[in-house]
Amino acid sequence: MSSTIIETPKSGTTNVPPLGPERPVAWPKRTTRTLANGMQIVLVETHWVPKITAELFFRSGNAVTAARAPGLAEITASVVRTGTANRDSQTIEEHLRRMGADLGVSAGADTSAISISGLAESADGLLAMLDDLARHAAFPESEFERVRRQKLEDVRIERTTPAFIAAERLRHVLFGAHPYAIVAPSEAQVESYRREQLQEYYAAHYVPSDALLVIVGDFQTAAMLDLIENTFGEWSAPSPATPANPAPPVLRGRQVHFVHLPGSVQTDVLVGNRAITRLDPDWYRLGLANSIYGGAFNSRLVMNIREQKGYTYSPRSGVSALREYGYFTVHAAVRNDVVAATLTEMFYEMDRMRSLPVGEAELADARNYMTGVFSLGVATQDGMIGQLSTVYLNRLADDYLETYRERIRSLTSADVLAAARRHFDSANAQIVIVGDREQVGEQAALFGEMKQYDAQGNELS
Amino acid sequence: MTPLRIPVETSTLSNGLRVVVSPDHSAPVATVGVYYQIGFRLEPRGRSGFAHLFEHMMFQGSENAGKMEHIKLINASGGILNGSTYHDITNYFEAVPSNALERILWLEADRMRALKVDDENLKNQRDVVKEEVRVNVLNQPYGGFPWLDLPPVAFRNWPNAHNFYGDFNDLDAANLDDVKSFFHTYYAPNNAVLLVLGDVDPAESFSLAKRYFESIPAGPRPPHVDATEPPQTEERRGEVPEKFGPLPAMAIGHRAPARGTPDWYAAGILDRALHGGRAGRIYRRLVLERQIAIEASGAINYSSGDLFDYNGPTLMITTIYHKPEYSSEQTIAAFEEIMGEIRDKGIDEDELRQIQVKFRSDFYSHLEGGMGAHMPRFGLMHYLACFTLFDNDPQLINSVLDKFLAVTPEQVRDVARKMLVPQQRSILIRRPVGKGGAQ
Repeated sequence: MSSTIIETPKSGTTNVPPLGPERPVAWPKRTTRTLANGMQIVLVETHWVPKITAELFFRSGNAVTAARAPGLAEITASVVRTGTANRDSQTIEEHLRRMGADLGVSAGADTSAISISGLAESADGLLAMLDDLARHAAFPESEFERVRRQKLEDVRIERTTPAFIAAERLRHVLFGAHPYAIVAPSEAQVESYRREQLQEYYAAHYVPSDALLVIVGDFQTAAMLDLIENTFGEWSAPSPATPANPAPPVLRGRQVHFVHLPGSVQTDVLVGNRAITRLDPDWYRLGLANSIYGGAFNSRLVMNIREQKGYTYSPRSGVSALREYGYFTVHAAVRNDVVAATLTEMFYEMDRMRSLPVGEAELADARNYMTGVFSLGVATQDGMIGQLSTVYLNRLADDYLETYRERIRSLTSADVLAAARRHFDSANAQIVIVGDREQVGEQAALFGEMKQYDAQGNELS
Repeated sequence: MTPLRIPVETSTLSNGLRVVVSPDHSAPVATVGVYYQIGFRLEPRGRSGFAHLFEHMMFQGSENAGKMEHIKLINASGGILNGSTYHDITNYFEAVPSNALERILWLEADRMRALKVDDENLKNQRDVVKEEVRVNVLNQPYGGFPWLDLPPVAFRNWPNAHNFYGDFNDLDAANLDDVKSFFHTYYAPNNAVLLVLGDVDPAESFSLAKRYFESIPAGPRPPHVDATEPPQTEERRGEVPEKFGPLPAMAIGHRAPARGTPDWYAAGILDRALHGGRAGRIYRRLVLERQIAIEASGAINYSSGDLFDYNGPTLMITTIYHKPEYSSEQTIAAFEEIMGEIRDKGIDEDELRQIQVKFRSDFYSHLEGGMGAHMPRFGLMHYLACFTLFDNDPQLINSVLDKFLAVTPEQVRDVARKMLVPQQRSILIRRPVGKGGAQ
């Protein structure tokens, strides 16, 4: 194979410049407090832009409502911003604009969160808005009905989106009767929400004893602590009960879960198995193994099925950690004639990680990648909020930020091999395929017993 | 109000490469970018999608860093990287721990000096790009809406109106001679700017830039391409079937003023009055009050970039996903009512003040981040590049905001009267082929 040099080289340099001496990372100074009502506070000053970002988390989300009303935490969050005892929807939106503020209210499986970011000069108003939304949401009937219709259209659109359909099916398979199985409500479930259910959820779960408030930005800590005490100090409410959840299934042997999406001109391939939470001692080892396997641009999976074979644009593997369980996934959207070939390569690379120790050079590169990217994450307010919320929502050690890079640097090839053997469960991996069964069904069926579904989750024969 | 003062130092190498440095030692990370003044607009006829395909080829190997070597060296330095193609620029950028600065500059210089690619690389990336188009456009609900759908309706001149991702026939026709010719024409140092930001010393940055880039020969000026649009005298319409999504959608485009003109500043504010989130007039009226739409949003250069990163004919775009029980015509009429109000009455001082506060706040956030949590100062880099390449004035970073904050209600009303003319708008409708909506 001959190379084409398309410009005459005249470079005097052929050696890659070495890295300079590493500069120390000044990990952010955190100020933490717990108010008398149980609300946990984390503050970090950053002064590059005159803004502050505050995120108020409550430690429950869609998982606690899955048995009675899937998605209830999420629609509750969506309606929170549409009116309070003090302000109607339009007043809220205009007031936000006056403070240069963006607001987001959302819920995931384990948390609900109100996030507000605006100009530092409006710090008092931003905190007052946060308080109003956290304690005095009014759930106006007309706004509830409007948002319900939006949700209905949202879930309809989601179930025409291949990557969403694949992720939803995999969660069903991996979690069975456990609430984590459900990532979105059905259309009928959205139709059946009652306004009172939202109010009940809000009253029970938006409570200070379950709250974590993280604020990052251009403020003085002492003054901010006073402002927080004055704003939230008087708030009190009982803690919600935490229900016990059914255990997820033990899955043995590869199975294929095929979602038929007629007319697909590409196929989504998603492979996964249950793995671990962030509290598991293997977390760092698995993170490094994932980075080498398919978690970075310069990873084996990307090299193989993108850069060598051209099957796909954006193959990736990832480790997801929810509060009670975690899972490992491998995803690629590929052209229809290489579905079987893609699965073969995904499993080949998993099995290679499980069989052969990773060489020192590749290991060192991956460790550098993980430690470097970690330090990039403290340079913006968003990045900082993300790092801090990970630490405090998961109740990780106080020195997590300071010790993370050392922990990664200490990992060996044997650690990576052990993590891959435990958590890249290729023999029992579940395979989700979203595509047109007339075109790719035969390729998928080569990989195990196959169940078929439509995009709404109904089983097909 | 605390004004933000960004330190900016500049230098031009003897080969014409402009170098812009902005030090900031708040974290030990550096952000580096090389921006070339070439994008979708100037790609060769018969080679639609080539500017983007070429962007992929810039990762396929250069003189001293073979295929994947570039990516491997940056990842192994603890950094992340990407590239993207816009209408008038193509960028390549990295965020790294700052001890990797010299290595990054060496890598960027290496691929500015010489690509080293072969037919196999080209075939591989052509396949990758086709899957990119499928995953983002052909196999997604509302894929390519509106950034690929609307320009062919709104524009008449090929540079503005063609398929920017590329027809597959054109991608298949691209060969190594095209790669070579495109590189020679547009990837010369005098058609680019190098940006070095973050935990860096300006003197050292200039000296490294000189060491690695100055020996790359300058190229001839790229040929002039006439991208002007003929005047529009009547409304233009188009329709594209929506294969997957259940809701009818439409994109409405009005021609935006040329950058840097007084009308451009006023249009920047007008746009926020109409589209600025839930307080904006369009969302408020169509989604919250009349509840015709499920979602509505928009901006100048919406879905292709932003107010600052274009340099040619561009639209202010509104996208509306509406309930199927309303027809397209009813939806357009409700939209036009909002346009009529702002043409007639403009906006008052209070609304203007709110918009300007939000504009300032958004500008700050964009400079700080703008590309996810792990790419610090991307927005600052991006704007410095655009102000350098399009306006020849990177210091605009510290003054451009003031001109938006000085816009008056009268200027907003006047630009609304010029821009929001029904005879000069373009409407693209995405109609679901499944259940469909009222006609």
